[in-house]
Amino acid sequence: MSNAPAIVAAGTPIRRRPIALLELAQRNRGVLVGLVFVGALFLIALVSPIISPHDPIATEPDNAYLPPLSPGHVLGTDELGRDQISRVLWGARVSLPVALVAVAVGLVGGGVLGLLSGYAGGLTDLLLMRVVDALLAFPALILAIALVAALGPSLRNAMIAIGIVAIPVYARLVRAVVLQLKQMEFVMATRSLGASPIRLIVRHLIPNLMNPILVQISLSAGFAILAEAVLSFLGLGAQPPTPDWGQMITTGRTFLPNDPWLAIVPGIAISITVYSFNLLGDSLRDALDPRLRS
Amino acid sequence: MAFSHLLELENVETHLRLRDGTIKAVDGVSLTVDAGETLGIVGESGSGKSMTALSIMRLLPRSGRIVGGKVCFKDRVLTDLSEDEMEEIRGTEIAMIFQDPMTSLNPVFRTGWQVGEPLRIHRHMRSRASIAAAVDLFEKVGIPEPRRRVKQFPHMFSGGMRQRAMIAMGLTTSPSLLIADEPTTALDVTIQAQILDLLRTLNRDYGTATILITHNLGVVAGMCDRVIVMYAGRIVEQGRTDDVFAHPEHPYTWSLLHSIPRLDADEHRPLRPIEGVPPDMLNLPPGCKFQPRCPFAVARCAAQEPELLQVREQLARCWVTQAGTRLDG
Repeated sequence: MSNAPAIVAAGTPIRRRPIALLELAQRNRGVLVGLVFVGALFLIALVSPIISPHDPIATEPDNAYLPPLSPGHVLGTDELGRDQISRVLWGARVSLPVALVAVAVGLVGGGVLGLLSGYAGGLTDLLLMRVVDALLAFPALILAIALVAALGPSLRNAMIAIGIVAIPVYARLVRAVVLQLKQMEFVMATRSLGASPIRLIVRHLIPNLMNPILVQISLSAGFAILAEAVLSFLGLGAQPPTPDWGQMITTGRTFLPNDPWLAIVPGIAISITVYSFNLLGDSLRDALDPRLRS
Repeated sequence: MAFSHLLELENVETHLRLRDGTIKAVDGVSLTVDAGETLGIVGESGSGKSMTALSIMRLLPRSGRIVGGKVCFKDRVLTDLSEDEMEEIRGTEIAMIFQDPMTSLNPVFRTGWQVGEPLRIHRHMRSRASIAAAVDLFEKVGIPEPRRRVKQFPHMFSGGMRQRAMIAMGLTTSPSLLIADEPTTALDVTIQAQILDLLRTLNRDYGTATILITHNLGVVAGMCDRVIVMYAGRIVEQGRTDDVFAHPEHPYTWSLLHSIPRLDADEHRPLRPIEGVPPDMLNLPPGCKFQPRCPFAVARCAAQEPELLQVREQLARCWVTQAGTRLDG
């Protein structure tokens, strides 16, 4: 974030450790706020069965269309009388796992491609990068929609599709960093100590990739949540009656003129979640970047 | 098969295949290194000295390939070994130090952990024990407060300290051959002297044979028993350091020696730079490769390449001196 204080004074000795998140949070307000928000989201997802006042799929037709702040239903009820706040809280249990799985698919797939491509170079690099370019040629969401359409609409397929869409981003990132690292003499020095190429990659190169990957994970988690909501909105992701934010917006859309909160409430949930991940990613990038250039 | 030398290169040819053509980066290099000896390899950038070292280690870049000759080390032919066998030799028998101490340590790991890496690779030591060993090694190479230093990251080290750490890493498994590829080029002069002093001490105390690659003739004079001068991938002169410096038998060596300022020279003697430009490795001239820049060249030089032959005390690849003419020293 631009209003975050400049944290890394030039020349300050900084530990370049991949997992120094808490330390970073102390120095950078954006990282701190991002971490708190994302942490809170995960906490909500974890405890939503306990803190939800109602069953998210229990219908109460007599209490349908209650506006927010109605007694017993803080955020009102939907067209079937299901409690909105319970559905929103439970929705986190759909969105966050989707984001995690999608990011994992993208990270593993893209990471392997990027490492291979960057380390091997030559023809391998050329061929792999053309595949990645082909994936990148499609707008991300369009590609995800096409993939789910091909795989069949379901939450699991949505995760896979979003993950595949994220692959080229990770592949490009990892390849770029590996190419940069290969220029450094420690690569040759490590080989000259008798380290095998596998050992070099796993124990010496991958730890160097942690910082940029950490940033990318936060950013693509935000994208994954948005993409999942879009897919579910289009009926390609979570299926009714699963309490899912995108799906809630689809249903709420019909009642927009009279009962706008049905769509607005899940919309706000999506916004906050995506914003949290993006804030974390952006601040991490700001906090880590000066060191990457050194 | 037993060899009398610690390391012996026989007619090694290494080619680099580039987009514009093939470069003969190392062209028929033969040399020997005996146990405990220090051999200097000098030459300008692109003369093939680093490629010779990387050929010994078999760590050539992707485009590089050893196309001829063989490298023998102790009683083994390195050029015939499998990659696995070669990995066993790297870091145990032969170690290498590189030019740029700024990038030769991995920025994300503590220096002690890195220096202990060869022990974990070859002796299957645990992290803790390998770091304890690193403390001892830091002490040996003159890094003060080793206990504190092993816990620090490379960016907290100065250039000289990093080079010391690199040397410590090279010595971890007491190799019998250390290849130092321009170990002092990136350091300032006082630190340079300290590092060279350290290399000399280690050579004396542990009997580690050293190949010192450099473009600094002063370093060679102070460090090396024998010296090899390379030009355009070939050895042009080879001999005992004292002989080569006292009366060079190849015009390139002669020119190098005359292009460095000397404190004991006549006050008004101008420095004599080497004319012309370094050779285009893709388009080498016929005949002697140094002939276009050579102040002594005769007609034969452009037509036919001389062999590396005995000229008085040393070996030289030059028609002029082989015919008996002395380069005026």
